[in-house]
Amino acid sequence: MSGIGSGITGEMKEMTYAFPIEGGDFIKAGHASSNIKKILNQLSLDPAIIRRIAVAMYEAEVNVVAHAYRGSMKVFISPEKIRVRVEDEGPGIPDIEKAMQEGYSTASEKVREMGFGAGMGLSNIKKNTDKLDIRSTINKGTVVEMTTFTKPKEA
Amino acid sequence: MRIEDIIQELGITVFTGGTLLQRPVRGAYVSDMLSDVMGRAKESDLWVTMQTHKNIVAVASLKDVTAVLIVNGGKPDEDTLALAESEKIVLLGTHEATFTVCGRLYQLMERDAMV
Ligand SMILES: Nc1ncnc2c1ncn2[C@@H]1O[C@H](COP(=O)(O)OP(=O)(O)OP(=O)(O)O)[C@@H](O)[C@H]1O
Ligand SMILES: [Mg+2]
Repeated sequence: MSGIGSGITGEMKEMTYAFPIEGGDFIKAGHASSNIKKILNQLSLDPAIIRRIAVAMYEAEVNVVAHAYRGSMKVFISPEKIRVRVEDEGPGIPDIEKAMQEGYSTASEKVREMGFGAGMGLSNIKKNTDKLDIRSTINKGTVVEMTTFTKPKEA
Repeated sequence: MRIEDIIQELGITVFTGGTLLQRPVRGAYVSDMLSDVMGRAKESDLWVTMQTHKNIVAVASLKDVTAVLIVNGGKPDEDTLALAESEKIVLLGTHEATFTVCGRLYQLMERDAMV
């Protein structure tokens, strides 16, 4: 997996936030997303758009907790879009297309009892972002990059 | 309908958020799978679940649900309660099973033409 550039250049101001994510720590799962949501709440964004971003961030964060060893979440906030990059060290996803299907999950029974493992996380991410890019290398890790535009699209 | 109306009608216990019971309830969603709630619950819903661990607070606050109602006499752990208080999440409890409490909730909402 090679790194990618910031993709955003020449913009007036972009704020960047980074949070570590610990694999296996289900109790803390959602912590990074909650913190980012608080930051977004302070900007004058449409609450519906904040909720969409919150759902996508949470699912990507929990996937690191549930399926990988460790990772990080970076959030790039600019006036027109919020870009979230969640990167992990982990087993990787062998078949991304299959993993995207609603209901597909490799979560253990124990994890399911806690309410994770409906197999809906990736499709929630898809539904709640405007751009989604998932790249994964077996036995190395996964990068989920998603973008949500801050202004509702004109009908 | 407000949270306090539901509490009164259904005899519900308040675990956290006792000062936030004026919040409006616009509907309800029932699920024990967190990403199902993330995908399908709506803002200002009452979320009915048997889950009691700390992650319900994250889900509730990220989705802006009005309150979480824990069924079957379930009690949130200490750290769930602490986080809920600091995140201003209303946690409620009932000894009734999901089917029973949701039946009563549905009647209540029907009476108010909410469903
Ligand atoms: N970061 C990741 N690393 C490795 N595998 C992953 C990762 N994210 C997802 N997967 C794989 O893709 C499957 C589907 O992911 P998805 O988020 O849709 O469902 P889930 O995590 O199993 O359950 P839910 O998100 O509903 O709690 C997972 O079960 C897992 O096999
Ligand atoms: Mg998931």
